[in-house]
Amino acid sequence: MRNVAPKLGIELIDMEGASCCPAPGVFKSFDQPTWLALAARNLSIAEAEGVDITTLCSGCYGTLKDANIVLKEDSAKRESVNAILHEFKKEFQGNIEVKHFVEVLYNNVGVEKLKNLVKKPLPLTVAVHYGCHLLKPTKFRKVGSSERPKFLDELVEVLGAKSIPYKDKMMCCGAGGGVKAATPDTSLDMAKEKLQNIKNVGVDCMVTPCAFCHLQYDRGQVDIQNKFGIVFNIPVLHYVQLLGLAMGFQPEKLGLRNNAVSVESILQKI
Amino acid sequence: MCFNLALNAEKKVYKCSISLLCFSKHHNLLTLLNANGGLETTEPQKKVIRLDELDVGFAEAVAKAGGEKINLCIQCGTCTASCPMGRRTAFRTRQLIRRALLGFRDEVLSDKDLWLCTTCYTCLERCPRGVDPTDVILALRTMAVKSGRMLDRHKIVAGFVLGQGHAIPIDETNRKVRVSLGLKEFPPTTHSHKDALAEVQQIAKKMGFDKLVGYEWK
Repeated sequence: MRNVAPKLGIELIDMEGASCCPAPGVFKSFDQPTWLALAARNLSIAEAEGVDITTLCSGCYGTLKDANIVLKEDSAKRESVNAILHEFKKEFQGNIEVKHFVEVLYNNVGVEKLKNLVKKPLPLTVAVHYGCHLLKPTKFRKVGSSERPKFLDELVEVLGAKSIPYKDKMMCCGAGGGVKAATPDTSLDMAKEKLQNIKNVGVDCMVTPCAFCHLQYDRGQVDIQNKFGIVFNIPVLHYVQLLGLAMGFQPEKLGLRNNAVSVESILQKI
Repeated sequence: MCFNLALNAEKKVYKCSISLLCFSKHHNLLTLLNANGGLETTEPQKKVIRLDELDVGFAEAVAKAGGEKINLCIQCGTCTASCPMGRRTAFRTRQLIRRALLGFRDEVLSDKDLWLCTTCYTCLERCPRGVDPTDVILALRTMAVKSGRMLDRHKIVAGFVLGQGHAIPIDETNRKVRVSLGLKEFPPTTHSHKDALAEVQQIAKKMGFDKLVGYEWK
């Protein structure tokens, strides 16, 4: 991300002192006022810099975006959260937006500009996994339909790759809602089902816009091999990694050597 | 389900009973989450439940806790049909909401299947009545946690946020990965700023979160 963003004309500023967003499914299940207060603290850090927030994780996006909207619209909640933040010389003002990096790419950078930045078109077949929190709840999102979205497929195909349809493409990865912590085997069973569907259509790799879905499918394949003895060998890339490859970055600059499932097979093809 | 109203001629009291067919869903034993965060199995519910055994104010409590639209439910079952977890476990979204509406407070708050929802929001998007079932489930979970029913694994995750500011704290392996990629060993978050971590901890303390999850400060 740090290598790719500047080439797109985007300056990234670190949110110094930020904490866990906090994880939406996990914290909203424990105590919602605490979830809101910790999210507000993070939002106030970005507000102090005067810039919008962008993130690579749809879970973080879910929390920060939803909290931002709730705090902007509900004055009672905003006041009670600010009463706490004031003690730390912080305040939620409600003057920034939260954008998933994929939203920034699609809406602010645009498909046309991305096309011009592609140095190495990728002749790959890709299974696109949207995940859940990027799209839903749609009442808090501006990304359109959650049943048949197209924007991420477009972002993949502008890189020269082909997005292949597969069974239950819009299904959840199974990691959210605290389930990966609570019942890891059942969580992996969901990932396993989609990985099998993807294996059945035969693709070069899988792409996801969410760091947590990436963990579930990438690291998850190692866990699935250990727990269930099934080997899928499907490389899983975060969208920014795929974008980086198309823009001509070396795999090392994109953290691709650290992926749990080897990406060698696709590096050979490009 | 059927209602039997019987007028007790001597005491002029209406006795109302609800008989529930097909109640037990776990092969004649129910597995419940008890107040210590552990699991226990118990005998199934008797088939006839008296109205006075139910908590008729429960649905209202759920609405106040965040499941505001729960009363809109018409039990169409679209939620259960959409649920990816429902396909592979005994979790039934529609049934959970029904039991909550009827007032089966302890059974619902002790149900371990309540924790199987991944918050994928598919049910919420498709519900024809706008019940927002995901929000109902999250509200039920917070009520369960308040009543002392929290999974041990979740207490650990909460503990990570309280202790380090992150639900998934960085470990030695990932610190090395960061360095190998040309980044600073620790990210510029609460991992690098002690004062920021202290803020997070104090906010959590003010919210009573530490007590809620049973966290012991060192």
